[in-house]
Amino acid sequence: MGMTAIEKILAKNSGQELVKPGDLVVVKVGTAVLYDNNFVPSIWRDILKVYDPERVVVVFDHRVPAKDIISATAQKTGRDFVKKFNIERFHDVGAKQGISHVLVAEHGYALPGSVLVCGDSHTCSAGVFNCAARGTGAPDMFYAVTKGETWFRVGETIRYDFEGTLKSPVSMKDVFLHIADTYGSHANQNVEFGGGALPSLSINARRTMTTMCAELSAEFATFEPDDVMLDYVRERNPAPFEAQYPDEDANYLARRTINLDKMEPLVALPDTVLENSQKVGDVAGTHIDQAFIGSCANGTLDDFAAAAAVLKGNKVASNVRLLVTPGTQNIYLEALRHGYIETLIEAGAVVTNATCGACGGGHLGVLAAGESCITASTRNFKGRMGDPDSKVYMGSPATVAASAIKGTIADPRDFVN
Amino acid sequence: MEFTGKTWKFGDNINTDLILPGRAQLFTEAEQLRCVFEGNRPGWIDEVASGDVLIGGHNFGMGSSRPAARSLRNTGLACMVAESINGLFYRNCVNWGFLALECDGISTAFEEGDEAKVSFEDFTVNNSRTGDILQSRLVPDILFNTMKAGGVLPLLEAEGLIAAAE
Repeated sequence: MGMTAIEKILAKNSGQELVKPGDLVVVKVGTAVLYDNNFVPSIWRDILKVYDPERVVVVFDHRVPAKDIISATAQKTGRDFVKKFNIERFHDVGAKQGISHVLVAEHGYALPGSVLVCGDSHTCSAGVFNCAARGTGAPDMFYAVTKGETWFRVGETIRYDFEGTLKSPVSMKDVFLHIADTYGSHANQNVEFGGGALPSLSINARRTMTTMCAELSAEFATFEPDDVMLDYVRERNPAPFEAQYPDEDANYLARRTINLDKMEPLVALPDTVLENSQKVGDVAGTHIDQAFIGSCANGTLDDFAAAAAVLKGNKVASNVRLLVTPGTQNIYLEALRHGYIETLIEAGAVVTNATCGACGGGHLGVLAAGESCITASTRNFKGRMGDPDSKVYMGSPATVAASAIKGTIADPRDFVN
Repeated sequence: MEFTGKTWKFGDNINTDLILPGRAQLFTEAEQLRCVFEGNRPGWIDEVASGDVLIGGHNFGMGSSRPAARSLRNTGLACMVAESINGLFYRNCVNWGFLALECDGISTAFEEGDEAKVSFEDFTVNNSRTGDILQSRLVPDILFNTMKAGGVLPLLEAEGLIAAAE
């Protein structure tokens, strides 16, 4: 019996010939990423032994620079941990600052065919690199860091094949919203992506998709390896790896084809992305107070380019606050060199430093009761970005930028072709 | 191991931000407890009593990795039984030591307030009012032992891998 890509990665890292849905596997952890939330006083327990410091990455991203005393205390604890165990891959406030999942991509930390865990739910982001990457809880991370292993329940796999071509300003965010709207929850299932359109999709675009799979409640999201991805990793990390291709006779619970030619801008209504999206035209004119572009899903250079293309020569409406947050300081610098930052600021956007920021309602753009936001970030749960009585709509960076200009939800095709 | 308690019912796709709102993420455990379900069921935290049982729908606990399972454990709930539990939340139930079962048909078998008898010997759930007995999915030993032991932290502590709680 053949295996899917994720089953093969789990088999390889658990030392088994065959892994199938229903199994419980104990796997070697290739990379364990700790982040600032793990060091918060109500969570942190002093680690006395580290299995292998070279497998550990430490990132501060949720509230950087520290927004209050507890955040500052957590980061101080993290720095002490890094020093004690000589952790080399450390991303403190500064030039190497960024959101963990974006840094994992930028530095090639997620090796194809390996296992990566992090105590943040959007860790599935690194599945783009053919890596079994999963968000876990904080106790899982203490276990992985001290013992070098973890366990997974193996679920069924759904395969998506992308065909055709995406037509700007339609983006992978819209494709994701289409999948979430059409097929709903993928709880306890894995998703595997491939298809003829793969070479035309940038790593950033693919990573938007894998990151958002947390919102489908997927266990693992992974892409079939191709040269674009393998070269991307090799350029960033000299370590050897063994990518895992799905078997031809792999057993999928379902196999679905997504025709990219037919995609159009969608907007998810507040509270969930599951079976809850509409065509942008059907919600155009909806009032907004804030517009946000950022997060581990949409803080890439591609996203800055898409926003700048819409905003070039336009002004943000006087009733709207447009906030843009890069995924890493490196992306910030690249966006600056490309002129995107100038375009955004001239239009009236506020560009913040790299952080999770407004996405989780932590800082840099929290919503009050009764306010509405359209966001190109990860999650639109009730109260996600602030008061429980605020509303979060979700769209692509282009849709968010267009909405910021109009002052109400708007179609990006009104501004760019 | 068996519990008998009054049930509280919650629907499908109950997310972590409802269980433990983002604004509470930097709070102490005691402060976090006060915020449980404040957005969708304000006041519930004062009604739930030690030994009660939570009945959940499909994909209970979808969303973030935050210690929402720890907060539910801290309410004094004896355990929860849901139609299905989100994969990440399930990990957190195991690792924070909150007893949790997945059981097809549980949400239709119970009205809120019914008394549930939950057995962690054979993983059955009995509705005292109707007499219905439902079979939950079995929990693998390796996970159940961790759940029962109060989660993974006491185990790591015993092995000298992390410091004792202050």
